[in-house]
Amino acid sequence: MSRILVFVGTILITALVTVGVTALLMNVQERKAESRWKQVKVVDLDETSVDPKEWAKNYPNEYDSYKRTVDTARTRYGGSEAYSKIDQTPIWKRIFSGYAFGVEYREERGHAFSLEDQKLTERTKQFSQPGACLQCHAGGMKQIYEIAGNGDLHAGFAKVNKMPLQEAWKLTRGHPIACIDCHDPKTMELRVTRPGFLNGIKELKKLEGIENYDPNTMATRQEMRAFVCGQCHVEYFFKGPQKQLTYPWSKGLKVEQIEKFYEEDGHIDWKHAETGAPVLKAQHPEFELWSQGIHARSGVTCADCHMPYKREGAMKVTDHHIRSPLLNASRACLPCHHFSEKEMIDRAETIQQRTQDLMTRAETALEALLDGIVEAKKRGASDEDLKTAFEMQKKAQWRLDFVSAENSMGFHAPQETARILAESIDYARQGQVAAQSLK
Amino acid sequence: MKMAKFNIPLLFGMIFSVSAGLLLGIGAFTFHYAKGTSYLSNDPKACINCHVMQEYFDSWIKSSHRQAATCNDCHIPHAFPAKYIAKMKNGWNHSKAFTLQNFPEPIRITQGNLVSLQQNCIHCHDIMTGNIAGHREAAEGTARCADCHRSVGHMQLS
Repeated sequence: MSRILVFVGTILITALVTVGVTALLMNVQERKAESRWKQVKVVDLDETSVDPKEWAKNYPNEYDSYKRTVDTARTRYGGSEAYSKIDQTPIWKRIFSGYAFGVEYREERGHAFSLEDQKLTERTKQFSQPGACLQCHAGGMKQIYEIAGNGDLHAGFAKVNKMPLQEAWKLTRGHPIACIDCHDPKTMELRVTRPGFLNGIKELKKLEGIENYDPNTMATRQEMRAFVCGQCHVEYFFKGPQKQLTYPWSKGLKVEQIEKFYEEDGHIDWKHAETGAPVLKAQHPEFELWSQGIHARSGVTCADCHMPYKREGAMKVTDHHIRSPLLNASRACLPCHHFSEKEMIDRAETIQQRTQDLMTRAETALEALLDGIVEAKKRGASDEDLKTAFEMQKKAQWRLDFVSAENSMGFHAPQETARILAESIDYARQGQVAAQSLK
Repeated sequence: MKMAKFNIPLLFGMIFSVSAGLLLGIGAFTFHYAKGTSYLSNDPKACINCHVMQEYFDSWIKSSHRQAATCNDCHIPHAFPAKYIAKMKNGWNHSKAFTLQNFPEPIRITQGNLVSLQQNCIHCHDIMTGNIAGHREAAEGTARCADCHRSVGHMQLS
């Protein structure tokens, strides 16, 4: 009897080992199959393929990650959760007094919400905004402009810019930022479709002595990996009664060069309700600040950190889940930096903490300037008397806001950020002295 | 009529032999299918049996060391039996990781392999490095050739 048990046991063990070996065989087969997996073209895409679902049929991996931009996550100083910035730091309500941003100002959510959030904000509900705002909030803008301009992109751009935003919304097909905004549907090459950027970069390149610059034919692939993002993540304003969406780059990308542009143009964003000073609002100058930093200098672009490569089977895929690199540091940083993920996050957060500390000082200085002007007014100072203080408020506020509105808490160019904030603090205190010395 | 005796040991013996044969067959096939013998060689193509190594191989092809050194020349000790011990150890780690797909990326060299790598640099470049290799940092392994000469073998990839 016991002999039978030994036999049965041996057969069972052999069977188990065979199961293991066969499983291994299948695994090896699977891994081998992965390495042969190639892109399968299911549908023909063209300039009318605005819906990302169409693109998903050919590029399921990219689409999967693109859809993940609905995720909300907080990093220490930012992220993609729509918390109210002016409630978090109430001084900003005062800084923006008399302006739409003083009413509602939230952290941006991901690309998936670009159109929805534009409709949700009080800045478009309580205030009338031009169609120019649409350029960066809807997918398929190239087609929208070309239809509006009867085939002429720039004519359509001018036409949509000056319409009321509510009317412009009707021209969209309801998609947020889409595949077609950055990719040529035939070749998948990166491309710039936003006329605001095409005009802006042309002006900027003129400074370098290059006439009629066209990024779509003249930029390198690596440059395009920054330009497609720079289509929208930039400083801009609406020029004149035509509300022409303009990137103020003809004097350069630095904070004082843009300021000089506005000075010569005569553009101001609003009159500060508390002091009466004409002031500027910075938008989100990520492209501009990045251009002043060490990563830009080393040829590292937006996509390298915000859309790093990942592996799906044997395929190298660009992660289209665009997000803070702090949430994906191993992919974003470690390919170049041979340190641990924790070390890289620590480095970034050290830069951000220093920026935050300087920003708090700049906010305090600006607040002292606002107090100084209000006091001087109480003592009977006229706008003419306060000319210097107003000028200083504009300069200090512009610089502080440039850093605050920029979405990296100084990381994109740490030294440049510190320089900008140092200037802001200096101008604020100069203005405070000017206001206080008025009898 | 006398009934034929039911030979139980023979029956089990037969079943066991057949299943052992099956296991041996499947095992041999798996070994062959997974190119098992290639791992005994020095051929760099053995390293791209797994597709995660493809990019490293591709950039090695374009590197300065392509003419002079293969994967094993830099990554595996040269002497017997250390060479085969290292091959076994790495072979086990790699097949476990690649089969279970549970390894962190970007892939990083382990501490032990880093030591072999450094020794292999010196192995070929001993005359050139003779004067500097005596420094304490080199002896302690806190300064390694590849710290600076990172892309001589293959590009840094993730």
